[in-house]
Amino acid sequence: MEGDIAQMGQFIGAGLAAIGSGAAAIGVGHVAGNFLAGALRNPSAAGGQTATLFIGIAFAEALGIFAFLVALLLMFAV
Amino acid sequence: MASDPNTAETESQGSGKTIALILVAIAALLFVLGLVDDYEGGLSIHPMDQFEVKPIFGDGAVNWYTPTNVTLWMALAIAAVSALMVMGTKGRAVIPSRGQSIAELAYGFVRKMVEDVAGRDALPYFPYIFTLFLFILFANFLGLIPRSFTTTSHIAVTAVLAMAVFLTVTILGFVKNGAGFLSLFWVSSAPLPLRPILAVIELISYFVRPVSHSIRLAGNVMAGHAVLKVFAGFAGALGAAAVAPIIGVIAIYGLEVLVSFIQAYVFTILTCVYLRDALHPHH
Repeated sequence: MEGDIAQMGQFIGAGLAAIGSGAAAIGVGHVAGNFLAGALRNPSAAGGQTATLFIGIAFAEALGIFAFLVALLLMFAV
Repeated sequence: MASDPNTAETESQGSGKTIALILVAIAALLFVLGLVDDYEGGLSIHPMDQFEVKPIFGDGAVNWYTPTNVTLWMALAIAAVSALMVMGTKGRAVIPSRGQSIAELAYGFVRKMVEDVAGRDALPYFPYIFTLFLFILFANFLGLIPRSFTTTSHIAVTAVLAMAVFLTVTILGFVKNGAGFLSLFWVSSAPLPLRPILAVIELISYFVRPVSHSIRLAGNVMAGHAVLKVFAGFAGALGAAAVAPIIGVIAIYGLEVLVSFIQAYVFTILTCVYLRDALHPHH
């Protein structure tokens, strides 16, 4: 086995940070699922709200991106 | 039956879909085959190798003026956008040709987005947003060509785009509203004791914007391409059983085409949201 304990900590930390991506996936799924639930109740109003849908998805995704950023920092910058 | 226009239309749509599917399959197959000649045994294809920046001529050091594969593919993206718009607007026919239809469709799509999200008074900034959209879209799509290079997979590229948007929007907000732009951070609809706390949160979220704006695009594109290469690596290692990963690559390739468009759309629509905040900072 090569490497040292600090490197192992980096890899474990990066892997733990990847859990944040799963949390972001839950958030994005919530946004899309609720949009679909609303859209099926009132399909005529759904068309005008697609922009809002994507903005919501983008904001939910932003926090997952920070988890990704932490993983990147651990892998390449620490 | 063939004389029925509805049936004919459905048939032509069906065949169009089949052709699109076949094209995607061929592209994905070329993607894999292009990798196989690098194949040396084991999982020798490193999924991150495709993002390496290297000079086009020779193997020298990469300085800021060196023509690299990044600059090459960015130039190709700009050339493709210019070609589409120049060819599309050349004829100005009442019944548009295909090129003109695509150009008009893209123009109308982005114009409607700016009008809906940022408001009518954001239309003077429409050319900038349209340029951003087309550049990102074409950079993403050109990156999907087998053995090409995806410029938007580099945070350095997307960070410049996002910083440009951030600086434009901030300067514009102060020029249009003066110090009134700071009311963006002062949520007047919240109870008074909460407002200073909210101001701090709003301030942080404002300065985090370029970070999430740039990393969203780069992260999505890079992750998708890395997944493609991982599956392609399986195909190289499995020999005759490579059919399964190749089918996987084809499916993911189709998903990547979708992601390329959606990420360009999201980048543009967030630019519109930021622009709206700059033009109307009052909560």
